[in-house]
Amino acid sequence: MSAVLRVNPIACEAHGLCVELLPELFRLDDWGYPILDQSEVPPDLVGLARRAVDACPTLALLLDED
Amino acid sequence: MSIEGHTGLPRLLAGLEPGSEPMTLAAHARIHGPLPRIAPAQLIEEVERSGLRGRGGADFPTARKLRAVAGRRRVGPVIVNGSETEPASAKDRLLLARLPHLVLDGAVLAAGAIGSSEVIVKVGAGSPDLLRALDSAASVREHESVSVQVVTGADGYVSGEESAVVHYLNGGSPLPTFVPPRPFERGFRGRPTLIQNPETLAQLALVARFGSRWYRELGTAADPGSALVTITGAVAAPGVYELAFGTSMGDLLNAAGGPTEPLQALLVGGYFGTWVDALAAGRLRLAREDLRSVGCSLGSGVLIALGESACGLHESARVIAYLAEQSAGQCGPCVFGLRAIADAVGAMADGVAGPRERDRVLRWATEIRGRGACHHPDGAARFVESALRVFEDDIERHRRGRCQARPAGLPLGEGAVRVPGGRLADLRKRGGARVPA
Repeated sequence: MSAVLRVNPIACEAHGLCVELLPELFRLDDWGYPILDQSEVPPDLVGLARRAVDACPTLALLLDED
Repeated sequence: MSIEGHTGLPRLLAGLEPGSEPMTLAAHARIHGPLPRIAPAQLIEEVERSGLRGRGGADFPTARKLRAVAGRRRVGPVIVNGSETEPASAKDRLLLARLPHLVLDGAVLAAGAIGSSEVIVKVGAGSPDLLRALDSAASVREHESVSVQVVTGADGYVSGEESAVVHYLNGGSPLPTFVPPRPFERGFRGRPTLIQNPETLAQLALVARFGSRWYRELGTAADPGSALVTITGAVAAPGVYELAFGTSMGDLLNAAGGPTEPLQALLVGGYFGTWVDALAAGRLRLAREDLRSVGCSLGSGVLIALGESACGLHESARVIAYLAEQSAGQCGPCVFGLRAIADAVGAMADGVAGPRERDRVLRWATEIRGRGACHHPDGAARFVESALRVFEDDIERHRRGRCQARPAGLPLGEGAVRVPGGRLADLRKRGGARVPA
């Protein structure tokens, strides 16, 4: 069981909710766009990752779970 | 009568006459023999043994790409990606305009290998000569079971990117899309699609005829065969040359008539490529392991020689400004990141920014990598990192106002390197075949 986060950079409009909700994985660049340093989500953060995915106003955040 | 593969060079460019006319089907068959009949599985196996890799810049093993599509249902067309939006590259134009049957052979064979009966050739905008050559070449092959359609595309550096080509042919804008799904999974009209560079297909056409053993007679064990290289900048005879892998940089430059002045650096791989200082470049061969050792790859096969009279910092600032301008404008990190990097490098070239700005650019370059839908920011980042490394001393020199270089005028914009008809020197003795640019 692994979970991988992806940002669709075309859809992303730098609303920044992902960084608010999941600062453990996201940080902002100088223009307010999220930087995801590591795409694998540790098991204890999967719940928060799902919340961040749901919260993204442009549906730019994807979580591949399998 | 069976025709054997040519010994030595040229291979792809064999029989290319001076002038601007495309080679006729009859002349093509005389030189290379007729289109071979070969079973799909056998062709893919032969391509695998040959070690052929994609020549559009991504360097992906061709057999793996063929297999990825061949195993699927409802396979779509083979797309020949003749966009060649890299301003300094001219090899694909040369192949499509002058040797259309060699490319079409490869496309038709690849279609057979993946179970497709359709070929679409996509060329860049403003290429009437290519369109003419390909249309008339396709019309004399109408009896074949594979249909060939030629489509003109749009301008712009990123419009040649694989997903952008598919998006455009599907009726969308010529801009990259978010992948996966990649074209081999879901491409033209949603079907699994093989998309290949013209040179890759031309090489495949020869592998299908003469076999992998013949293909490996040139080159090195890791990088077999020959490659088309566009050599430009401070050389006496800029143009497209066919050279064997393993050829030293010195011999590459000599194939293009040799340097016109002492060189300070080489740009390997075009504008997504890497600057290498002349001293280090002198020890390199045209081989992946050598190029990797200095952090570069052959990319789309472009080599630009920068003379000592030119200013690398200034030229790099122009190129990065061009790349920033050529962003598709879809992804924030690419749009804002490249703009900021271009402005900062421009300020360094103007002598109003120093090491602090340099460090910021290097941080931005690291941060934008992998954060676009396509590889545009990655390529631009690689370019600018190498520029700031190789031309580091120039930053301080510019701050003190001591740069007296003259513009080298690296080609920017569409069709900056032309392949006219004109003179065609036969450089077989030097191991190259040349079309002056």
